[in-house]
Amino acid sequence: MSLLEPIIELGRGLVITMKQALFNPVVTVQYPEVKREVRPRFRGRHVLKRYENGLEKCIGCSLCAAACPSDAIFVEAAENTDEKRFSPGERYASTYEINMMRCIFCGFCEDACPTEAIVLGDNYELSFTNRRDAIYPKEMLLEPVPSADMTTPRKTEANVFTRSVPEMKNPKDWESGDTVKVDT
Amino acid sequence: MADVTLTIDNKQVTVPAGTLVVDAAKRAGLDVPVFCYHPKLEPAGMCRMCLVEIGRPMLDRATGKPVLDEAGEAKIQFMPKLETACTNPVSEGMVVKTQLTSEKARAGQKGTVEFLLTSHPLDCPVCDKGGECALQDLTMAHGPGQSRFLFDEKQRLAKQLPLGELIWLDRERCIQCARCIRFQDDIAGESVLGFEERGRMMQIVSMSEPGFDSIFSGNTTDICPVGALTTSDFRFGARPWELNAAPSICAQCPVGCNLTFNTRREAKADGQIVIKRVMPRQNEQVNEIWMCDKGRFAYHYVESEKRLTRPLMRRDGKLAKVSWKAALDLAAEKLSEHKKNSVTLVSGRLSNEDLYNLNIFAGKTEAILYTDMGGGDLTSLVGVSDGTNIGDMGKGDAILVIASDLYNEAPIWWLRIKAAAERGATLIVAGGRAAKLDRFATFTIRYAYGDEIKTIEDLGGKSKIAEAFRKAENALIFYGSDGLGLAGSTSLAAACANLLKETNHIGRRNNGLVGVWPRVNDQGAWEMGFRPTADLAEALKGKAVYIVGADPAGDDPALAKALKSAKFVVVQDISMTATAELADVILPAQPHTERAGTFTSGERRVQRFYPVVPAFGESRPDFSITAQLARQMGIILEGSSLPIVFDFIAHSLPAFDGLNYDRLAEVTEQWPMVGRGDMYYGGTTYENKDGLGAHLSSAAQRGETFKLPAAKNVKPLRPKEGELLAVPVTQLYDLGNTVASAELLAQRIGAAAISLHPETAGKLGAADGETVKISWNGSQSEVRVRTDEGLAAGVALVPRSFGIALREPMTLTVKPAKKVK
Ligand code: SF4
Ligand code: SF4
Ligand code: SF4
Ligand code: SF4
Ligand code: FES
Repeated sequence: MSLLEPIIELGRGLVITMKQALFNPVVTVQYPEVKREVRPRFRGRHVLKRYENGLEKCIGCSLCAAACPSDAIFVEAAENTDEKRFSPGERYASTYEINMMRCIFCGFCEDACPTEAIVLGDNYELSFTNRRDAIYPKEMLLEPVPSADMTTPRKTEANVFTRSVPEMKNPKDWESGDTVKVDT
Repeated sequence: MADVTLTIDNKQVTVPAGTLVVDAAKRAGLDVPVFCYHPKLEPAGMCRMCLVEIGRPMLDRATGKPVLDEAGEAKIQFMPKLETACTNPVSEGMVVKTQLTSEKARAGQKGTVEFLLTSHPLDCPVCDKGGECALQDLTMAHGPGQSRFLFDEKQRLAKQLPLGELIWLDRERCIQCARCIRFQDDIAGESVLGFEERGRMMQIVSMSEPGFDSIFSGNTTDICPVGALTTSDFRFGARPWELNAAPSICAQCPVGCNLTFNTRREAKADGQIVIKRVMPRQNEQVNEIWMCDKGRFAYHYVESEKRLTRPLMRRDGKLAKVSWKAALDLAAEKLSEHKKNSVTLVSGRLSNEDLYNLNIFAGKTEAILYTDMGGGDLTSLVGVSDGTNIGDMGKGDAILVIASDLYNEAPIWWLRIKAAAERGATLIVAGGRAAKLDRFATFTIRYAYGDEIKTIEDLGGKSKIAEAFRKAENALIFYGSDGLGLAGSTSLAAACANLLKETNHIGRRNNGLVGVWPRVNDQGAWEMGFRPTADLAEALKGKAVYIVGADPAGDDPALAKALKSAKFVVVQDISMTATAELADVILPAQPHTERAGTFTSGERRVQRFYPVVPAFGESRPDFSITAQLARQMGIILEGSSLPIVFDFIAHSLPAFDGLNYDRLAEVTEQWPMVGRGDMYYGGTTYENKDGLGAHLSSAAQRGETFKLPAAKNVKPLRPKEGELLAVPVTQLYDLGNTVASAELLAQRIGAAAISLHPETAGKLGAADGETVKISWNGSQSEVRVRTDEGLAAGVALVPRSFGIALREPMTLTVKPAKKVK
């Protein structure tokens, strides 16, 4: 065995290391300084959406809570008035809470929601030092208002926002008309 | 009635003749979907949901005999079109094919659902009915997956429309089944709802002022198959599937309606479990599937801010919070100290178990029942017997109602007695004024207030009415305290008991005397041995008083004065009352919603109630507070197990013999079947799974010998010139402790007002709605005047529990109040 041999071996190893270090793409992310972008269908922390006019989409129907397999959502409802309106229609969520420690991010709540109000967003930074902090109230979940005059509750024109659930128009594939198949 | 055998879906079914196909199927365990049909209402055939194929045996025209086929079986002729199962009565040999076996029926029902949905808003997410909605359920079960109708042609009608303060209407959700209208017309006898317009524009309207003016309005929300009618009380309160249910008994009146409290844990209530709504629970012998609005909406007193949460003790003239031990120690010490000179005052708000313990606790010292109505000892002797059910009474039976405005005092009895009269029972209504029940009476007797005894005595004589009563196969007498105080009602009870005995209407089912008591368990208090006293103020003066569940000081300033001069006052109650303000020690008790127990109804039916919500603060059940207090004084009472207390009662009182908690929790099958998965059929009334209760036996039924006291015939009070005869009467919604905290009812409660005949009012120069000054027996007050054509001249009706302390008929003077400038 010559003396050179270990040095050659060392060099070989280094070549591999350098190859990996210099030419391979970087897969680690310097979290928390750098945040990784998530995939389009990622299911993270929930957001309660608003309509373009700022009114809350959530109508306090509790269907998300009913769909939730881990009983993470709690909703209480109250009545809207034109003087003090949170959402279109007669009903809004006066309490909306999600216990993030219970949530399994299955997205069932999203599926159940008749107004597409609750949406799983891309925020995954959910850590708490206190169990109570795991319960996200409505204020934390609600999307910020698009502009300052669009806050809720707010006074709205009378008899305009009478319906809670956006009107369902006939789906596209029905529009051709006579080909609609109805099973009898 | 003869039985008829028919075949439904290849199943042989035998039912009484006259049964409708839909009910026959139900009895056979086959569900025919319905919207407009309701087993308690006459069929209307309005919705076409119950379409089925019906075939009848072919008859030979000449002989009238069924035509036979080759196999020797009767030939069945099917109608070319589908028929409604809800309007067709069964007939011998009929063959019915429901959606389960007939493709045609299935298609018909599917079409009906599709039709009903053409204009439906489908706002299930915000609809209070969602989750227990017949339209949802039947659409899922029988409807098409898609609709062929055009969305843009949906009919737009008013949503969010308050029909009154209690009931909301959503006209888009209404499917025009007319169940609500038919309930109001036929069952409640208050035709305040109707249809307006025609076709797709047809909509429900309230025809009364104030809107939906009925004391049974809540029931329409139970039977409405959709979310068109909902209550304000539960509006957006929770989704039905989020609720827990606890069986209970209504504590508002002596009927003892079976009901279910729905509860849930709420963030709004700091994580506490709270009552969200009250629903009727089926008991065909008590309330059927109904309840009145007082029971449904006035329960809020159990969660009122006035609830006592901790024991209080008077220190330096002020009530201070103390521990249970300190409070019990002091109360026991003082009550022992004045042992010879102490009084226990109880009320019919308490359960049988509480009253049993209290009665032993009181022992030889004075024990008084706080009430202004007497005669409970007589209802124990000749009260109704086992198996009594107003719902069974009809042709050949008689019901006499005297001195009781049942509509205001016991609404569900009113409703059931009205139904009995409609079935043909002889209804005799005797009263000092026109009452709502008069409309359904076979005979009405109008006496002058004060002539009650004479009226009953006349019924023992020879007249058409007397004859009808005597000859009746079964007879019940409901007597109350309309216009009567303690003395008057005691005499009246005696007169009634004697009449029943003379006419041999005692000791059998559907016969006997019923007291229309002011409180839920007054009958139970009488059974336990409590009696009222003629002069309560005198009985309280200078004594050590233990008051449980009563508010004498709030009712009558004279009693407040007497209590002020008492040596020591211990008050045990659920909330702060005027009496509690005068107490030296206050012990916080639990209302019936927070504990278990039993009540005895006016019909002497003992029924169990169960805990609904956790106890408020440190409050404890009355029977255990009394047991703890007793222990300190050397009396050993059962203070932790209610079934054991009840066993003691059953062993010591013959009327309770053979009863125990298990027996009271028994249920036999009831018809119609409601509250199961098929809410489209009977509505959202709860099924009874927790006990129908049991009747107490009466002395007459047990065959004991007893002597009935003769009625004392007091000379009727006749006012002098310039005076009026003031009589106390009961109003359904009053300002009593158990009603006033229901904000929803505020408008119906209104302000205190005395009622006068318009002529009498005119003579006094007081118009309807004006304020006058009244003075009676040294007291004075200012109240509004209401005029009422149904009164006799010279009579003033004074409502109880409205702050006017009139506990007996009295003379009263009215002066116009000084006009405020
Ligand atoms: S994502 Fe799933 S587990 Fe989480 S709140 Fe929604 S339904 Fe519940
Ligand atoms: S988020 Fe959607 S499903 Fe949940 S309560 Fe609000 S509207 Fe209903
Ligand atoms: S009535 Fe029934 S079907 Fe109609 S919106 Fe309400 S829950 Fe839905
Ligand atoms: S309000 Fe309800 S009960 Fe009345 S007709 Fe309409 S759907 Fe029927
Ligand atoms: S027509 Fe039979 S249930 Fe309506």
